[in-house]
Amino acid sequence: MTTTTPVAADSRAGRSKRPSRRGRQEGIAAWVLALPFCALFLIFTLWPVLQSLFMSVTDTKSKDLRTPFSVDIVGLDNYTRALSDPVFRKAMFNTAYFVLIGMPLTLGLALAAALALDKGIRRFRAVFRLGFYLPVITSIVAVAVVWRFLLQHESGLINTVLGWVGIDGPNWLGDPNWSMPGLIMMASWRNFGTPMIIFLAGLQSVPAMLHEAAKIDGASALQRFRHVTIPMLRPTILFVSVTTSIGYIQFFEEPLIMTNGGPLNSTISISMYTYKQFGFGNYGFAASMSYLIFVIIAVVTAIQFRLLRENT
Amino acid sequence: MSTLPVLSSTTGSASSSAPDSEPETSTVTASDGQPSRWWLYVILSLVLLVVVAPFVWMVLGSFKTQGELLQRPPTWWPQAATFDNYTQLFTRLNFSQYFVNSTVVAVVVTAGNLLFCSMLGYALAMLDFRGKRALFLVVMATLMIPGVVTFVPLFVLVANIGLINSLPGLILPFLVAPFGVFLMRQFFLGLPRDLLDAGRVDGASELRIFTRIFLPLSGPALATLGILTFLGSWNNFLWPLVVAQQEDKYTLPVALALYSTGQNSTQYGLLLAGATIVILPVLAVFLVFQRRFIEGIATTGIK
Repeated sequence: MTTTTPVAADSRAGRSKRPSRRGRQEGIAAWVLALPFCALFLIFTLWPVLQSLFMSVTDTKSKDLRTPFSVDIVGLDNYTRALSDPVFRKAMFNTAYFVLIGMPLTLGLALAAALALDKGIRRFRAVFRLGFYLPVITSIVAVAVVWRFLLQHESGLINTVLGWVGIDGPNWLGDPNWSMPGLIMMASWRNFGTPMIIFLAGLQSVPAMLHEAAKIDGASALQRFRHVTIPMLRPTILFVSVTTSIGYIQFFEEPLIMTNGGPLNSTISISMYTYKQFGFGNYGFAASMSYLIFVIIAVVTAIQFRLLRENT
Repeated sequence: MSTLPVLSSTTGSASSSAPDSEPETSTVTASDGQPSRWWLYVILSLVLLVVVAPFVWMVLGSFKTQGELLQRPPTWWPQAATFDNYTQLFTRLNFSQYFVNSTVVAVVVTAGNLLFCSMLGYALAMLDFRGKRALFLVVMATLMIPGVVTFVPLFVLVANIGLINSLPGLILPFLVAPFGVFLMRQFFLGLPRDLLDAGRVDGASELRIFTRIFLPLSGPALATLGILTFLGSWNNFLWPLVVAQQEDKYTLPVALALYSTGQNSTQYGLLLAGATIVILPVLAVFLVFQRRFIEGIATTGIK
């Protein structure tokens, strides 16, 4: 991410009192190239980010849409209100549940599949890879349509299969105790393809030499996995767990179209509660919750960087 | 992250020298000296069966009647296969309109990202200009901000400029993305700077060097960014759900979601047929570009 030496040299030339003709041309060309992106970025990303921050300390409601400067500044009231709101707390619990159970499950599946495809087999790799990746490229809405069928209590495919081995399957989406396990199952199925491909790429960068050396020293397959593969894979694990947790903390689309947060708020997530408050027109309140999500993501990411980068 | 430029530099050579070579027969496994294990094929095939079963069931279900879909226990193969669901989607419901909307949005969003992100990515990687560092930092900082943060003010903004329930309202907020800039910048950093100097010596203008020398070399990176953007846009659900308020502006996921939750008596066959149609284009795009895409993920700097 550091600038290379020639660039640094150029920049010194550019900052001198009379920039060279070439340097001036280069600067103009660069800004011509940058301008379209910057204009769109300023209007549709940066401005909303700043406005959201402002909204979060105001009592903005949907009726204030056309007169944005008539709202009252309420300080941190929205934030304290969110933190003491029982539904928001329930949503925090559900989100933590989803991340803490769902993420290890998703990443475990991904790593197992990647190891099997990388080392275990030689033929039909592309077929397995494509099959495992298929759920990722599928619209969540299409996935939900199918999974609502699969998870049905009486006639669902999953409970039918469970019935074959004598298990009386639960009412997955109708029982508050089983709604989250149902969604986690679906989310793991849907999402393990992306980390799998990234793990595969990471595994291919582990030098075969290291495995050979460990083998000669008499290391078992498990020992080699523990002491060669895992340490070499550390940067990949960091990347995959950071991106997956950022996605999972924003847990939203699955409950929205599968359960709409029910039954009894058992699947409502913080993103979803934010979205619902936005729908009710409580813009200031919703904005404060969106920043709480941002803070949570930042904290979790920082923790992961500490854990995975320093404990080498 | 520090290894990214090195990784991206391998993309150009790897894919240009042997675009059709099978990366599967990699030296890692070959030199490993381990024979393939038959029991792993059995396990992997079983897992594949579980992963793919919902899709097979969905496609088969789209040819069933409402009565058969409600039958217990559920059937696997359609008893009396019918195309009725598909015909109804396009006659009784307005599915061709949603299909056109989804396509227009995805194509324009993808084109915009490819053009604008590669322009800025090139400037950040190869050129020197005032404010370069600050610009890079600001763009990268927003990469971490979750979508839900900008959702409310973005909606207010789009409402204020009168773009609610319009295709531009669906397109404009996604026309550029910080991720695309990062991807393209990493890729361009891996290309040799000598090309730039050579172009200058030959007297080519700065913009000509970009369009005639660097852009033609960035095929793999553009393919990866293009596919990711197209998939993201095609499957995007939340923003179209709030912006497309009238039926003629729905995209496919929005229509599907509203039909699946809104009606009193859901027509399951229609839903499954609709879900099948939503998947077909992305499946086609993915099948065509699969190898480049996976290579791109492995080497462009997403890793």
